[in-house]
Amino acid sequence: MLRSLLSLALGAALLAAPPAAAADFAIDTKGAHASISFRIKHLGFSWLMGRFDTFSGEFSYDEAKPEASKVKVDIDVASINSNHAERDKHLRSPDFLDVVKFPKATFVSTSVTPKAGGKASIAGTLTLRGVTKPVTIEAEAIGAGDDPWGGYRQGFAGTTKLLLADFGIPDKLGPTAREVELILNVEGVEK
Amino acid sequence: MQMRDTVEGYGLVSRLLHWLMALAIVALFALGLWMVELDYLSPYSKSAPDLHRSAGIVLLAALVLRFVWRLVNAKPSDACLSPFERKAAHLVHWGFYPLLLALIISGYLISTPDGRPIDVFGLFEVPSLIRRKGLEDAAGEVHQWLAYLTIALATVHAAAAIKHHVVDRNRILVRMWSGPPKA
Repeated sequence: MLRSLLSLALGAALLAAPPAAAADFAIDTKGAHASISFRIKHLGFSWLMGRFDTFSGEFSYDEAKPEASKVKVDIDVASINSNHAERDKHLRSPDFLDVVKFPKATFVSTSVTPKAGGKASIAGTLTLRGVTKPVTIEAEAIGAGDDPWGGYRQGFAGTTKLLLADFGIPDKLGPTAREVELILNVEGVEK
Repeated sequence: MQMRDTVEGYGLVSRLLHWLMALAIVALFALGLWMVELDYLSPYSKSAPDLHRSAGIVLLAALVLRFVWRLVNAKPSDACLSPFERKAAHLVHWGFYPLLLALIISGYLISTPDGRPIDVFGLFEVPSLIRRKGLEDAAGEVHQWLAYLTIALATVHAAAAIKHHVVDRNRILVRMWSGPPKA
């Protein structure tokens, strides 16, 4: 009697346990449930928004052990899109991102420091315009669970700020636009 | 005043079109070279491209008008030229039409592949016809090289005209300025 009760309790505990430890996720760029946007001030008067249309990435995440998480994202810099062809052409030129010489940007995490409320600081290195510098993304887990199509998904939002000069981007926009904010929204599908 | 071209020389319409277009082409080339180097914060970084785009569309209208005018008018005689010169002149003169057309279209494609129209001096708009992300880069490359080619061809054209005037001492250059000889 006692034994069967015990095994029942154990079975229930196992069923209720969170999904298997660390899981690997591919960022869902195919379904476009992910975006890498940026904003920078225009003359100090308003926020100019843009994004990178093409990127790919993956992360590993363990809800019980978030500090063990890892993330890597590759960005096709030439896919920059600020909704203005002439401006995008200028942004791709050597005046700004010089995408012919530096077609790829990469973020690789080095450490994750969990904070209260599902938040975390993701330290890592960003390579942009041929310059590799440490950056920290302030991230937040948005949600996770089974999707309607038999997969398991986990989503995050994050932001970080960069000084253009740190990545060798010429100062063409004046003192009100020396800093750009990156806004990341990623949804991963478990591999 | 003689409007139409005759075998003797060019009428007023052809001469005006020739010199105004020559002026526009050289000015657009200089403006283009200058404006791409302008700082974003320069007071001219908006007005210079606006002027370049507007004048480019007007140049297209002049090019079409000139082509039609050429077709419906007599061709002034080039009997004073050698067979080689005649062939070369023919090639250069007719070469300008497709070259300028391609030059203007490539410029148009820099500004319009995101669906934006080209505003012509605030008077009317030329709508975007082809929407394709990234087309502006290829169009920019082509526009730059066709511009250099146009100026190279114009230089050959001007050098030949000066040679006819100074070395051959014929009326080829004069007749483009002052028209057919007075009867």
